[in-house]
Amino acid sequence: MIAPIDHLMILPVILPAMAAAFLVLALRHHLRRQRMVSIVVTALLVGVAAWLFAQASDGTVRAYRLGDWPAPYGIVLVLDRLSATLLLLTAVLALCVVVYAAGGVDGRGRHFHPLFQFQLMGINGAFLTGDVFNLFVFFEVMLIASYGLMLHGGGPARLKAGFQYVAINLLASVVFLVGVGLIYAVTGTLNMADLAVKVPQVAAADAGLLKAGALLLFLVFATKAALVPLHWWLPATYAGTSAPVAALFMIMTKVGAYAIVRVYGLVFGDGAGPLAMAAAPLVIPAALLTLVLGTAGLLGSRTLRDLAAFAVIASMGTLLVAVGLFDADGLSAGLYYLVHSTLAGAALFLLAGLVQEGRGPAGDRLVPAPAMVGETLLGGLFFLCAIALVGLPPLSGFLGKVMILEAARASGLWPWIWALILAASLLMTFGFARAGSALFWASGPVSGTGPRLPIVPLGAVLALLALTLAWTLAAGPVADALQLTAHQALDRSVYIGAVLGPDARLAAGD
Amino acid sequence: MELLVAGVIGILTTVGIYLVLRAHTFPVILGLTFLSYAVNVFLFAMGRLVIDRPPVISPDAPAYTDPLPQALVLTAIVISFGMTALIVVLALRGYLETGSDRTTLDAARRTEDGDGA
Repeated sequence: MIAPIDHLMILPVILPAMAAAFLVLALRHHLRRQRMVSIVVTALLVGVAAWLFAQASDGTVRAYRLGDWPAPYGIVLVLDRLSATLLLLTAVLALCVVVYAAGGVDGRGRHFHPLFQFQLMGINGAFLTGDVFNLFVFFEVMLIASYGLMLHGGGPARLKAGFQYVAINLLASVVFLVGVGLIYAVTGTLNMADLAVKVPQVAAADAGLLKAGALLLFLVFATKAALVPLHWWLPATYAGTSAPVAALFMIMTKVGAYAIVRVYGLVFGDGAGPLAMAAAPLVIPAALLTLVLGTAGLLGSRTLRDLAAFAVIASMGTLLVAVGLFDADGLSAGLYYLVHSTLAGAALFLLAGLVQEGRGPAGDRLVPAPAMVGETLLGGLFFLCAIALVGLPPLSGFLGKVMILEAARASGLWPWIWALILAASLLMTFGFARAGSALFWASGPVSGTGPRLPIVPLGAVLALLALTLAWTLAAGPVADALQLTAHQALDRSVYIGAVLGPDARLAAGD
Repeated sequence: MELLVAGVIGILTTVGIYLVLRAHTFPVILGLTFLSYAVNVFLFAMGRLVIDRPPVISPDAPAYTDPLPQALVLTAIVISFGMTALIVVLALRGYLETGSDRTTLDAARRTEDGDGA
C-alpha cells in the first residue's frame, strides 16, 4: 500500500498528456490561451519535478506500480536520484524553451504547444519507466511528437531534413524491437529489475543470443545519443529546425545517454555474469571518435546553427567518454557535464535563432553583413555560450571537463582521452572565435532598419545562461550530490529490491 | 514450420534493407514497411511457435501460447502503421515543395542558399 502522495510520481507523464489533449481539443484556435496554458503547465512541471527531486534526495529508490499489479507483471515506474535529476533538468529546460517559443515562433505553424507537451510526456516517461518495452513506447511518443515539432513552420529544407530524421528513427525503432524480442525470447521478461536478476542466470547456450539483443539495443541508444558512426542525422535535423525545437532536442540526445546508463549500468552491468559489460568496450572509442568528428564539423560549419549542432555532437562525445567509464566517478562527472551541456547548448541554439532573425537576408551564415540591432549584447551572450561550450574557465564546461579528465585516469585509455579532449577544446576555441568574429566583428554599420530585439526570447536565453552560471557556482555541493546519484544508479541490489521486493534481492545473490 | 518462418523473416529483412538504402523516397518508405513486417513476424516468433493453443487461461487447455509477444506485436503494428502514414505525407510534401524525390539534402540546401543570397 502506498501513501496518496506517492501517486504524484506519475504526474510528469500525466500532466503533459492531459495538457496536450486539452490544448488540441479545447484551445485549438486560440494561440494566446494555448501559450498561457502551456507555460503554466510547464511551470507546474518544474514544481512537480523539484518536489520529486527532493523526495529522491533521501536516497531511497521508489517504485510506482500502475494499477497495483505486482512487478514484473505490471507496468512500473521507478524514481531514483538519477531519474529525478533528469526530470528536473527537462522541466527547467522546457520552461525556458516554451517562453522563448511564445515570443512568436509557435505561431508559424499549427499545434506547437500540444506537440511540445506530448514531447515532454515522452521524455519524462522514458526517464521514469522501469521496463524495456515501455522505454520503447515512451521513445515512440517522444519521437512522434518530435517529428511534428521538427517540421513545425515548414519549408523545403526542413521537409527534406525531416524525411531523413523520420526514416532513421523508424529504422532505429525496428532495430529496438528486434533487440527487445531477442531479450524477451531468452529471459522471458522485459522488466529491468527482473532482467537484472535473470541475465546472470542465462544458460551458456543462450548467452550469444542475449548478447546480440543487448548490442542491438546499444545501437539504438547510440543512434539517439548521436554516437559516431550513427550521428549523421543530427546536424541536418538540429540545424534544419526552428531554434526552440533544437533547444528542446538537446535533452533528446541525453535520453539516449540515460538509456545507456540504465540498461548497461544495471541490466548488463558489473554483476551480469558472462554478459557483464557487453557494450562497454565500444563506448569510449566511439565517444572519442564522436568528439573528433564533432570538432572537425564545428571548424567547417558555414552557419551558426550548423556550428551549434556540431558542438552538440562534440559534447555528446565528451559526455559518453565519461559514461563509458561505467564507474561512479565517471558517471558523476558525466552527469555534471550532461546538465551543463544541455543548458549551454540550448542557450546557443536559442541565441542562433535571435541572430538569424536579426540579421535579415544574411541569416545565421558566417559571412559579414550589416550589423544587427543589439549586436553588443548578442555578441556578449555568444561569447559566454562559447566559453561554456568549449570548456574554458570560469564556467561550468571547464569544471565538467576537469572532472571527466580526473575520472578518466582510471581507464587504460586515459592518454587518448586526455589528448583528444584537450586538443578538441583548443580546436573548438578556434571554431567559435571564427564564428564570433564573422558574425559580430566583421559587420558593417548598423542598418537601422532591422527588427528590435525581442524581449521575451532574450529573457529565455539569459535565464539559461544564468542557470549555467548557477551550476558553476554550486559545483561543490552539486558534485557531492551527483556522486551519491552515480553510486545509486550503478547499485543493482537497491534497484532490484525497490522494484521486486527484498526477497528478489536475496535471490539475486547481492 | 520454423524454417518457413525464419526464411520469411530473412527475405523480408533483405528486401527491406535493400530498399531503404535507395536514394529516392518511395523505395525507402516501401523498405521501411517491409522491415516493419519482418520485425512483426519476428516478435511473434519470439514467444515460440505454438499451434492451436489459447493465450488466455481456460480450464480445459492442455497448454498455452505466450500472450505477451502478441501484445507487443499489436503495439508495434499500431506505431508502425501511424508512422508509415506520416512519412508518406512527408515525402509527398517534400516532393511537391522541392520538385525532387531524392533523399539527399543537397537539392534543398541549394534552394535555400539561392533564396538567401
